[in-house]
Amino acid sequence: MKTGLRLKKEEVVLRLRELYRRYGYLPYKMSKFEEYDLYVRNKSFLVSDNILTFTDIDGKLMALKPDVTLSILKNSRQEAGLQKVYYNENVYRTSPGAHGYREILQAGLECIGDLDGYAVGEVVMLAARSLELISPDYLLDLSHLGFVTGLLEPLKLEEEQQRSLLEAVGQKNTAALEVLAARYTLPEQTRDVLCRLALLYAPPEEALPQLEQMVCTEEMAAALDELRQLCGLMEQYGLDDRLRLDFSVADDTRYYSGVVFRGFLPGLAAGVLSGGRYDHMVHKMGRPGGAIGFAVYLDLLEGYFAVPKGYDVDVLLLYDEGVSPARVAAAANAVLASGKTVRVERQIPPELQYRELRTLKERG
Amino acid sequence: MEWVNIALPKGRLGEKVYQMFKQAGYACPAIEEENRKLVFENPEAGVRYFWVKPSDVAIYVERGAADVGVAGKDILLEYVPDVYELADLGVGKCRMCVAGKKDFRDDRSRTLRVATKFPRIARNYYSAVSRDIDIIKLNGSIELAPLLGLSDVIVDIVETGSTLIENGLEPKETIVDISARFISNKVSYKFKNDAIRRMAQCLAGLPETNQGGSV
Repeated sequence: MKTGLRLKKEEVVLRLRELYRRYGYLPYKMSKFEEYDLYVRNKSFLVSDNILTFTDIDGKLMALKPDVTLSILKNSRQEAGLQKVYYNENVYRTSPGAHGYREILQAGLECIGDLDGYAVGEVVMLAARSLELISPDYLLDLSHLGFVTGLLEPLKLEEEQQRSLLEAVGQKNTAALEVLAARYTLPEQTRDVLCRLALLYAPPEEALPQLEQMVCTEEMAAALDELRQLCGLMEQYGLDDRLRLDFSVADDTRYYSGVVFRGFLPGLAAGVLSGGRYDHMVHKMGRPGGAIGFAVYLDLLEGYFAVPKGYDVDVLLLYDEGVSPARVAAAANAVLASGKTVRVERQIPPELQYRELRTLKERG
Repeated sequence: MEWVNIALPKGRLGEKVYQMFKQAGYACPAIEEENRKLVFENPEAGVRYFWVKPSDVAIYVERGAADVGVAGKDILLEYVPDVYELADLGVGKCRMCVAGKKDFRDDRSRTLRVATKFPRIARNYYSAVSRDIDIIKLNGSIELAPLLGLSDVIVDIVETGSTLIENGLEPKETIVDISARFISNKVSYKFKNDAIRRMAQCLAGLPETNQGGSV
């Protein structure tokens, strides 16, 4: 694994916060729990179906938040300009394979309101910069749901059929796409485009001309224009060489509605950043405009943080029963004054790793 | 150059699959020698093979301990790992079936008792037809369950059907066709894109792999 300078977890959190703050995003602190009702009403927008609930003293059913975005959206006001916020919060979810709930630390940001090309570009740029800050060898995958729905929508497929096709694209499973295309009697052109889309994985300058050839509806053309503009902006930011177009990340049409992106770091088996445009949720809340945001899964980054030193303290200071507390304190202070860490004990703790042992004996 | 770590399923299928990798240009002479090693490398081809329990291949790949691997579609349907499925290798073909005693008649007024190693596949199949079932998860000798009255039917893999017939059972319905699939970790696919893509293409181009087949 190639890594540059490794940061401590706290430093990563601080630097992310600093990055978002510099672009004028405001901190957003929220309560650990919300009324259960909020999540039930918006269940289709949640990543996991399971919500950790408890009863408040007045009998109201509460939930430990499984998701940050919903709370931010619920509490954001509708006013002139965009709402730009960042957060650093724990969420509580079950993850597939893990038995039981887990506490997951997320950092991220949301940009809500009447979005345009610049706003979308700024969020994608901040996502790339967030990853860059952790490792310069990151990759950011970009796709656009409009391109896929623009292809499938005119066919008037059933929801289940569309879901199966998107799932196969998500797995880059062209064998399954061929079978499904035959089963649903899709036009030959649609089948070919789906297969090419599933296998596409390339930097913008290579991918955009390929996508150009696949366009067959107005919605696809509009999505491609948006992608092209976005890639142009990323080039201007100097971030285009870590950008890849990959439509296997665009498989969730219930949640996302436009640009979708995922971030990856070498050596980590799962994506560490996930984001995109989620206008559906904004509309469900009865509001105009749209929203885009992303989250960095800090709990996945363990392997990326600085490895602690091979010892717990510099000096282990041992003293006998008879040594006066004042002498012990003075000796400890002397160690600290030399810039070292000290642990004061009467016996050596079995698990403690130390670099140097000093002993204080009762003066005989 | 970067290594590509390949998890192969232990057993007959794995041997066959290794031959396919060899044909595709990823030979590893060390693997063909008789020894007790667990990991086999061929630096020239940039590949590192290891044998794991067939049902664990998907876990090694999903968690990134292996970049790519070969797993049966049955395992992929049961555990739903978050991986790319890049090719149907067309080997290890069999069917996931509902089987029962020859004289079994489904009484739809009662809960159906289903013994299986694949609870998710069984549950999905029956819930799609709104049938209320009681799943009995077993780890082996599934055929015994209906004979002893433990279950009404079983959901299991059927290759030739001879085990079923010898025990007075028969396949009733086919749930899905099964074959071996070439899978890849999603992140490895991005960082080792050229190598993995080439491997998938070479494997898919072999005569044994089928292009049509099942989902």
